[in-house]
Amino acid sequence: MIAFWIILTGALVAITCGLLGCFLILRKMSMVGDAISHAVLPGIVIAFLLSGSRETLPMLLGAGATGLLATFLIEYFHRRANLQTDAAIGVTFTFLFAIGIILISVFAGKVDLDQDCVLYGEIAYVPIDLWVTANGTILGPRPVYILAAVLLIVVLFIKLGYKELKLTSFDPAFASALGISTALWHYLLMAAVSLTTVSSFESVGAILVIAFLIGPPATAYLLTHELKHMLAITVVLGVFISFAGYWMAYWLNASIAGCMAVITGVCFAAAFGYQRARNMNKARMSEGLPPAGQAAG
Amino acid sequence: MQHFIDFFSFADPNVRYVVLGNVLLSASAAMVGAFILLQKKALVGDAVSHSVLPGICAAFLFSGSKNTALMLVGAFITGWLALVTIDYIAAKSKLKKDAAIGLVLSVFFGAGMVMMTYIQQSGNAAQSGLDHFIFGKAATLIGTDLVIFSVLAAVLLIAVGLFFKAFALVAFDRPYAEALGYPVRKLDLLLTSLTVLAVVTGITAVGVVLMAAMLVTPAAAARYWTDNIRRMVAIAVAFGVFAGLAGAYISYTAPAMPTGPWMVVVSSVIAFLSFFFAPKKGIVPKLYTQRKNQRIIAEENTLKMFYHLGEQNSHFNGGRDLTELTRTREVNETLLKTTLRRLVSRQLLETKGHQWALTDAGYRKAARVVRLHRLWELYLTQYMDIAADHVHDDAETIEHIITPELERELEHQLGYPERDPHDTEIPKI
Repeated sequence: MIAFWIILTGALVAITCGLLGCFLILRKMSMVGDAISHAVLPGIVIAFLLSGSRETLPMLLGAGATGLLATFLIEYFHRRANLQTDAAIGVTFTFLFAIGIILISVFAGKVDLDQDCVLYGEIAYVPIDLWVTANGTILGPRPVYILAAVLLIVVLFIKLGYKELKLTSFDPAFASALGISTALWHYLLMAAVSLTTVSSFESVGAILVIAFLIGPPATAYLLTHELKHMLAITVVLGVFISFAGYWMAYWLNASIAGCMAVITGVCFAAAFGYQRARNMNKARMSEGLPPAGQAAG
Repeated sequence: MQHFIDFFSFADPNVRYVVLGNVLLSASAAMVGAFILLQKKALVGDAVSHSVLPGICAAFLFSGSKNTALMLVGAFITGWLALVTIDYIAAKSKLKKDAAIGLVLSVFFGAGMVMMTYIQQSGNAAQSGLDHFIFGKAATLIGTDLVIFSVLAAVLLIAVGLFFKAFALVAFDRPYAEALGYPVRKLDLLLTSLTVLAVVTGITAVGVVLMAAMLVTPAAAARYWTDNIRRMVAIAVAFGVFAGLAGAYISYTAPAMPTGPWMVVVSSVIAFLSFFFAPKKGIVPKLYTQRKNQRIIAEENTLKMFYHLGEQNSHFNGGRDLTELTRTREVNETLLKTTLRRLVSRQLLETKGHQWALTDAGYRKAARVVRLHRLWELYLTQYMDIAADHVHDDAETIEHIITPELERELEHQLGYPERDPHDTEIPKI
C-alpha cells in the first residue's frame, strides 16, 4: 500500500508538472520553473511564522505569492531594465532563496523547516500524512488529495485555454492580432506553474519538480512535432518514471526523488540517442547511402 | 563601532580566514561571471553548482573521508561533465539551452541525492557535515581550505588575465573571432573549465543554490554602469569583493546570521539599485529621458498648431483659444492645457485673456519645426521617390530630432528650396 501511495503521488506530480512543462519548453521558459521552485522558500517561511503551523493552505498561499513575485520581477527586469532573461532569472531566484535562508536562521528556534526539505522533499513520508475525518475514517494520504485537486485544475486550465496557450506559445504576434492577450496568458501559465510547484515541492522537493517540469516534456519534444502527442507522451512518461523510479529506489534503498530524477535522465538519454541515430540515418540516406546497420550493397 | 574596528583589524585569525576566503571566491566568481553573462549563459552557474553533488559524493565514497582536495576534484569532474552535456544536447537537438540546463541540473543532482542516501546508510561517521558542501558554511572556513582557495583563485585570475582579449572577442562577436582564426571551441572549453573551477571554489561557502548568484549578480549589476568590458569586469569584481566583505561582517556582528546568503542579498541589492538608478541604462533615468522627450514633442507640436493657424491668415502672433486649437489637431485637452502653461512659463507663448499667442521667440521655434517637417517631406519625395501623400507621418517624427547641422545639409542637398511637395511655403528664419 505504501508503494502505491508513493507511486501515485509521484505520478500525479509528474503529470501536472509535465503538462505545464510542455508549454514552458515551447515558450523557451524552462528555467522559470527552476526559479519558482526555489523562490517559494521565503513565502513558506513567512507563512509558517504567521500561521505558526505547517498547515497546507497558508503554506500554499505564501509560497504562491513569492512564486508569482519571482515571475513578476523576472518579467519586470527583463522588460523595463532590458536585462537579459537568463540573468534576470538568476538574480531574482537566488535573492529570494537567500532571503528565505536568512529568515530560517533568524527564527531558527521557531521554524521547523530547513532548506534540505525544500530541495529534497519527503516523498517517503507521504503515506504517513493521513487525512482523517472527524469521525475517524481514514481517507488516505492528504498530499494525494491536494495533488489530485491541482492536477484537475491544471487539466481544466489547459483544456479551456488550449487554443490561447497554443497560439501564444507558437506565434505571439498572431495571437495578439487575434486579440488574445499574451501577457494575460503568460501570467495565467505562471500562476499555474507556481501553484503546481508549491503544492508538489513539499512531497517531492524542488529538484524533482524541476526534473518533472523539464524532463518528460523535453523527451516528448524530441519524439514528436504535434503538441497533442507531446502532451500525451509526457503523461505516459510521467507515470512510467514514477513507477521505475520507485522500484529503483526500493532496490537500491536510496532517495526516491533522486531515483525518479535519474530515471527521467535515462528516458531523455534514450530518446536523444534514438533521435541522433534517426538523424544520422536520414543524413546517410540523403547522400544515397543505406541506413547504418544494413549491409552495404 | 567596536565591532567594526575588531573586524577590520583582522586580529582574530578566524575573521582573517573567513574574510580572505569570502573575498577571494566572490572576486574570482564575479570575474568569470562577467564573461558568462556576456555569452548569455548566466544560468550555467546554477547547473554546475547542482551538478557537483555526485562528484562530491563519489569522492567521499572513494576515500571514505572528507578530504577537501579530493572532493574538489570530484566536484570539478562532474561539474565539467554537466556543462559539456548541456552544450552537446543544445547543439545536437532542437532543445534550447535553458531546457538542457534544467534537465542536466535536476538529473545530476538527483544522482547525487541517490549517492548521498547511500552514504548516509553506510554508517560512516565521517559523513556528518558532508552537506556543508551542498548548503554552504562560509563561517567554518579553516586555514587549509584557504590555501586551496587561494591557489584556485590565483589560477582563475591568471587564466582570465592571459585570455582576456580572446574571451572578450568571443563574447561580443563570435563569427569575427572565428574569422580571425581564434580557436573558439577551445576557448569555450577553457571558459567552461574556469566556470566550473569558480563554482567548485565557491560552493563550500554559499551552497549549491546561491552559487549561481555569486557568478551572475555582480556581473549583471556591473553591466549597467559601463559598456567597456575591462571596466565591467573590474566593477563586477569590486561588487563581488564588497558583497564578500559585507557578508562576513554581518555574520561577525550577528553570529546567528549565515554568511553566504547575506553575501547574496548584499550583491542582489547592489544589482537592484543598478537596475533602477544606473545612469543612462537604469529604469529611472530611462523613464526620465522618455518623459523629457515626450514633453519636448508635445511642446513642439503645440507651437506648430499656432503656426498652422497663423498661416491661414498670415497673422502669426494672433491670439487663439482652446476650441480653435483643438480643431487643428486631435489632442488630449488636459495635455494641451499643461503644455500651454509650460510654454507660457518658458515665454514662448503669452496669454491674452482666454487666448494664447506666440511670442517672437515662440514664433521662431514654431517656424523652425514646421520648416524641418517640410524640408524632410521634400527630401523624401525627391531623393527617396516617395509619393507626396505618404511622407507626412515620417516627417512628423523626424522633425523633433533633426539637428542644426543636419538641417543645413538637407537645405544644401535640396538647393535651398522655397516650397514643399504640397506646395506650401517652407518658412525661413
